[in-house]
Amino acid sequence: MTTATHIPLIPAEEQERRQRRADSPLQELWQALDAVKDPEIPAISIWELGILQDISMQGSKVLVTITPTYSGCPAMGAIAEDVAVALAATGYPDSEVVLRLSPAWSTSWITPEAQEQLREYGIAPPGCGVGGEPVVVACPRCGSEDVRTISEFGSTACKALYQCASCAEPFDHFKPI
Amino acid sequence: MSDANNKQAVKDYAVRLGDDALVIGHRLSEWCRNGPFLEEDLALTNVALDFIGRARMFYSYAAELSDEPCTEDTFAYTRDSREFTNLLLHELPQGDFAFSMARQYLVDEYSLAFMEQLTSSADSELAAIAAKAVKESRYHLRRSRDWVLRLGDGTQESHSRMQKALDDLWGYTPELFEMDELEQKLADSGIAVDVAALQDGWNTAVRSTFAEATLEVPESSWSVSGGRKGMHTESHGHMLSDLQFVQRAYPGLQW
Repeated sequence: MTTATHIPLIPAEEQERRQRRADSPLQELWQALDAVKDPEIPAISIWELGILQDISMQGSKVLVTITPTYSGCPAMGAIAEDVAVALAATGYPDSEVVLRLSPAWSTSWITPEAQEQLREYGIAPPGCGVGGEPVVVACPRCGSEDVRTISEFGSTACKALYQCASCAEPFDHFKPI
Repeated sequence: MSDANNKQAVKDYAVRLGDDALVIGHRLSEWCRNGPFLEEDLALTNVALDFIGRARMFYSYAAELSDEPCTEDTFAYTRDSREFTNLLLHELPQGDFAFSMARQYLVDEYSLAFMEQLTSSADSELAAIAAKAVKESRYHLRRSRDWVLRLGDGTQESHSRMQKALDDLWGYTPELFEMDELEQKLADSGIAVDVAALQDGWNTAVRSTFAEATLEVPESSWSVSGGRKGMHTESHGHMLSDLQFVQRAYPGLQW
């Protein structure tokens, strides 16, 4: 009997999202929006976070489609403003952010590079777990898996608060959803 | 059902789901800076945000379906108590921490089962909102259930407060499973959730939690309902006076 090896799979929605960017004639705009970071997690861009879904033109107006992370995420308003500013700086003063709910955002859309950036920034990344299932959480400072939950909700709805029992570091864990 | 009738019915249904979410979200937000400790204060307000976000999505959809020009704010800020159609359980004042967590647990256990069903609604927008909500409700439930266990199976004081909270709340729970004409009509066309069908699963889940938390299942000696008809408890108007004050005093004010 062979042991099952865990192969990280890219969800179909995420595959399509990457394809949309690769096939898009608006490369300049995608690159401009790489500069827009999540205001709560300035380590990663809205593209890397998996919420930037599509960019299209409607006449001279740029339509930017974004999937919100959490229903009540207060960062969405700030992100929409940052998108408009970044596009204006690229020469497109007329733009609109369209919210798309379905398919619902998942932490499995966060790129592996961004997961690593989160860890370096001090946030334990969500990993591959989904839907509130327990995942192995490791201290982003020392790597120890001997950690305890302090609160199911940390500084924002998307994170839980942990403390490392090895090095005593308190840290946020980006919850898998 | 004609298209116009159907549109009106879906709008009314979206408004009541928005009302449920807004009212419980507001009650949770009242814990802001009053939580028993900092992390818990943050958790309560984060859960509040999820519910308020959910309310915004349901209200925005209702505004789209409305024949009158209106926005999500019209529903939240310009209606009076009798026009709100939220469940009574959601509007009860916060009480002590045990009361708030007991209520939250009952709400979360229901909300998760409800939203799981709504994800297969024939209305794609309602299904999309539910798909988002379901993921959040799993976390809400995990946390509120933990608190019921911790307080129920905790000290004598925490146990008696949790038991009292459940006794005081229990009569508000039959309302969660009542179907009225609107919901029946929409359930028949695959849009609304048949809440009556959720009751057995909910009962099994809460009884198992109570047993683990060493809590008694309260006696079903009384029950009240009326939220869906706009008949509310006395506290509802007081809550709205806080929630709606700014828009009432300065109509149309924007941040």
